[in-house]
Amino acid sequence: MKEKLNKIIDYAVKLGASYSDVRFLHREEENLSARNGRVEGIEKTENEGYGVRVLINGAWGFSSSPDFSQWENVVREAVEIAKCSALAPKTGGIGFDAMKPIIDHYRTPFMEDPFEISLENKLSLIMNVDKALRQFPEIKVAMVRIGFVRDRKYFASSEGSFIQQDLLESGGGLECTAVGAGEVQKRSYPNSFGRQQLTGGFEHIRAMDLVGNAPRVAQECVALLSAPQCPSGKMTIILDSTQLALQIHESCGHAVELDRVYGMEASYAGTSFLTTDKVGKFRYGSDIVNLYQDGTVKNGLGTFGYDDDGVPACRTDIVKGGIFQGYLSNRETAHDLGMPSSAANRATSWDRIPIVRMTNVNLAPGTWKFDDLIADTQDGLYLITNKSWSIDDKRLNFQFGTELAYEIKNGKLGKMYKNASYTGITPEFWKNCDAICNEKHWGLWGTPNCGKGQPPQVAHVGHGCAPARFRNVRVGVA
Amino acid sequence: MLGKDKCEKILKTVIELTGKADEAEVSIFSGEAGLTRFASNYIHQNVRERNGQVRLRVIIGKRIGHSSTNKTDPESLKNLVDRAFQIAKLSEEDPNFPGLPQAAPVQQFNAFRPSTERYSPQKRAEAVASLIRLAKEKGLTASGAFKTGLREFAIANSKGVFLYHPVTVADFSTVIMSEDSSGYAGASSIDVHDLDLAALAKEAVDKAQKSRHPVELAPGDYPVVLEEYAVGTLVGFLGFLGFGSRAFHEGRSFLSEKINQQVAHPMVSIWDDGLDPRGLPQPFDFEGSPKTRVELIKDGIAKSAVWDSYSAGLARVPNTGHGLPSPNGMGAIPLNTFMAPGNIPKVQLAKGIKKGVWVTRFHYTNPVHPKKTLITGMTRDGTFIIEDGEITRGIKNLRFTNSILGALEKVEALSTETKTFIGSFESTCVPSARISSMTFSGVTEF
Repeated sequence: MKEKLNKIIDYAVKLGASYSDVRFLHREEENLSARNGRVEGIEKTENEGYGVRVLINGAWGFSSSPDFSQWENVVREAVEIAKCSALAPKTGGIGFDAMKPIIDHYRTPFMEDPFEISLENKLSLIMNVDKALRQFPEIKVAMVRIGFVRDRKYFASSEGSFIQQDLLESGGGLECTAVGAGEVQKRSYPNSFGRQQLTGGFEHIRAMDLVGNAPRVAQECVALLSAPQCPSGKMTIILDSTQLALQIHESCGHAVELDRVYGMEASYAGTSFLTTDKVGKFRYGSDIVNLYQDGTVKNGLGTFGYDDDGVPACRTDIVKGGIFQGYLSNRETAHDLGMPSSAANRATSWDRIPIVRMTNVNLAPGTWKFDDLIADTQDGLYLITNKSWSIDDKRLNFQFGTELAYEIKNGKLGKMYKNASYTGITPEFWKNCDAICNEKHWGLWGTPNCGKGQPPQVAHVGHGCAPARFRNVRVGVA
Repeated sequence: MLGKDKCEKILKTVIELTGKADEAEVSIFSGEAGLTRFASNYIHQNVRERNGQVRLRVIIGKRIGHSSTNKTDPESLKNLVDRAFQIAKLSEEDPNFPGLPQAAPVQQFNAFRPSTERYSPQKRAEAVASLIRLAKEKGLTASGAFKTGLREFAIANSKGVFLYHPVTVADFSTVIMSEDSSGYAGASSIDVHDLDLAALAKEAVDKAQKSRHPVELAPGDYPVVLEEYAVGTLVGFLGFLGFGSRAFHEGRSFLSEKINQQVAHPMVSIWDDGLDPRGLPQPFDFEGSPKTRVELIKDGIAKSAVWDSYSAGLARVPNTGHGLPSPNGMGAIPLNTFMAPGNIPKVQLAKGIKKGVWVTRFHYTNPVHPKKTLITGMTRDGTFIIEDGEITRGIKNLRFTNSILGALEKVEALSTETKTFIGSFESTCVPSARISSMTFSGVTEF
């Protein structure tokens, strides 16, 4: 493989590229799902190909193919495209700091290879979960999914790097839908929208205890049908870590993507309110809010050895003591800001160019035990598991709905509410964060459906956090 | 481009390899596209992609196995078949599986435009450079994307289905920005020469200039004019949330209790038609069944869901040809939706509104309560206040939280003009609309 990729690089340089890299990716996926007592689908897929990136006269070109026999045409095409890009060039051209070549092989640590576990055993698991979900007549849809992804990636660059990465992801989850008179409610576990996913092996599926949790989740789902509507008004809320993970994703993770800040996503995903003049000065949250990106944390869905610039994964501060510190970046955008790359240039497939993506954007744990946090809250809501999400194109005005809410009254959890939602403006919201639970309540959540870019790229990213409390939040807008 | 002959060769090879199966279906999704993306007045991403996928469904008794690959050499195709057999043998019987669709006559439709397929990166870059020059002259910043390409879909099954359909697609969109405003314009077609890039540039530039120095409008209920971009979002979500076979069958859709009831203003008619050339024509679905036109809402009255072979078998209704690639957790959904236009030119839609909001498009829209068709999202790239029937100035963007059917009940007028939006495999063709009241639940800072 090294020889093949180096030939491609050499040819690109020969045709005039001042920089070139090539990525080969072989992806193997296995997905199993059950629905209402029957197998919905068992599917095995494989996909492979390579993408060539060239920089000529300060402008990018990219082409890709699944067919190695066409490599010379693909390089020529990338070069031609780069020359076309130069018809509307960046002032001063695209540039980045040189880096020393890296030769390495990274492997995702795991305990149990999910592809080595028999399909019979995996099928038996999802059918048992499905059965455990269907204990109530109101449950009209029971759904269970597990899935696994294995990537074999090679990266070679004209700077002399050659990096191999063997990445492994495992995910799964259940959801049920209850239908009553004019009402439909849904509950999910461990997270909503299909699955919780992490890097690692089948040990993550075992740790979920899907069978053990299914009856409780189904019961909550049925109870929601007759639960009262969530009240509205300004109030105190505590977010469980699954909902808080998405709050971090939308209001922090996307907002600190440096390509957005530079307008590179303006026509599609949008820009960001966190402009470069705010670095080191802007109060993003309260003193206890510490956010960071970390592509190295064990099991994170955004964990890897090297990004698609060939830069080693690292940890950097985003918000420290409530003050905004820095961005997710790649070599190109970091160069423009005069800072080192945070190793966040990621492509979701071989036929996509790498762009700035989240790694694991995490909220550092605080000091509170969860029970103490509830006991300390006189009047509020505990909001659990995301149901809907929306945020404006500068990442300021957001609105989230959750599957489940509990009243908190005089320091105790009370009745269940349905259709909870809350809204706010990002920095105001985070400035009203007055308590974060400690490391015992901290966990990593995978977001395997993060969309960005044209052509679209759906990235797998992660968020670590513990439940946290926010004051003066507008609740019940929908 | 794979072409019909190569697709047929692959399909035949795989069907032959599945000879021991009771039934088998093999499909090919192939595509090539170039996309030139620009931002901050320069081309920052410029790419070419090509890929294809062979998908296989094997049935043994009523046990089903799926596999797919993007490799078409003989060994990879044999592995594809072996994997699907292995899975089918392990699967449990699905007593409701009705069998694969039989071959049926399919209307041929030429949706392939050679000049669009051949449209070069040079031409895309020249068009983008021209737009950037215009933006710079006006002191504005241009961003956007210009894509041209082709898709091929081919399908065969052991019951005699053998179909191939290539389609070209061109899509252009731009956001033009000033320091405190932005304007959007976009269009898509199967023929790149249908796109009036100069007009789109002017539309976006005008919006960016007219929405300078936006003022804040308090959240509340206001009459609105929604441009086609915004109406397209509502109609697209309505099709997905309301008219899918599975949501209908399981009682998760509003339609489950509203068939033949008035759900929208009588001037609202929405239908699905894969054969209408104004959309993204696709004469057969992803099971090879012919597409038929389905009335979703007729004169404001809810009429029907759409069906694939499986859901039609369960509901004992005719298959309307709306199957998605198997395995499919959603059931059938409408992919080629149309909304009937009205009789008022778009420029006159604001007439009669004393104080209201003009919305160019919505951003990051998502369902809040699917059965109630309640959704939320932000306005973006050209939000204006209407005063005494005229657009007077730009306003800061608003969050709306409103049911789609609630909005369609309050339609007061529809434009004579329509726009078509083409996505990966779906299209929506809609007019602009004047709606007597929509709920804006929040405002942002720009």
